[in-house]
Amino acid sequence: MAQKNFAGISVDVNDEGYMTNPSQWTKDIAREIAKEEGIELTEKHYSLLEFLRQKQAKGESLTIRSVGTSGFIDIKGFYQLFPGAPMKKAAKIAGIPKPASCV
Amino acid sequence: MVKEEFPLKKVCIICAKGTIEDVYATLVMSNGAVMEGIETKIFFTFFGLDAITKKQMKSLHTGTVGNPAMRMPGGLPFPTLLGILPGVEAGVSSMMKSQMEALDIPPVQEFLEMIEAGGGEVFACKLAMDMFKLKKEDLWDGVKAVLTVGEFYEMCGGLQTQIIFT
Repeated sequence: MAQKNFAGISVDVNDEGYMTNPSQWTKDIAREIAKEEGIELTEKHYSLLEFLRQKQAKGESLTIRSVGTSGFIDIKGFYQLFPGAPMKKAAKIAGIPKPASCV
Repeated sequence: MVKEEFPLKKVCIICAKGTIEDVYATLVMSNGAVMEGIETKIFFTFFGLDAITKKQMKSLHTGTVGNPAMRMPGGLPFPTLLGILPGVEAGVSSMMKSQMEALDIPPVQEFLEMIEAGGGEVFACKLAMDMFKLKKEDLWDGVKAVLTVGEFYEMCGGLQTQIIFT
């Protein structure tokens, strides 16, 4: 399995750069991945990342609609926080697998 | 030899039919494109206009007649003669909707709002509007403009752009 170094820690990643072991994740690692994606993380980002991590840990599917109803942020705000491909970018930064949902 | 990839930059999606499955094919493809960061323009025409008409958008149906892929809940074929009975189409349609809700697929208007929130743009066909005697006020407020075919094509230019007819 591929390894990648973030914030001085070596983490397992797949060939698309998604972390394969969510327990290796730290806020510092998130900041480094976000930098690669051109995003400067704020508290708002972090609370959303935590939400996604919790949802993933519970085995729930990650949909953009569920982010919109999370109470943290509306969908428009989500696109602003993670411009371009919000769900994929947020998952990558949150250290969880690429979302498998089509919605 | 390394194969060169040219990722999609823009999709222009055309919806000409008004059944639940036709409209959702368009909405899922469009929302999926927006979520990938692909510029997305949707053109509703003919019966597809139902999806963006205030009066109709909440009550789309699935046709229960003449669809060989239609099955009973257990997997047995769904006889066309059953589909003509009063209430069957409504029942099947509400079942489709509840199945979609379970997968977190939103109702039409909410789906359109999600697409709009991500920067996708929704247009209506002028010719079909004239045909169905619809006015801009009859349409969902998020509809960006009523366009002629030519105006829509003008928006579909550029490299790495695809037009999709669902």
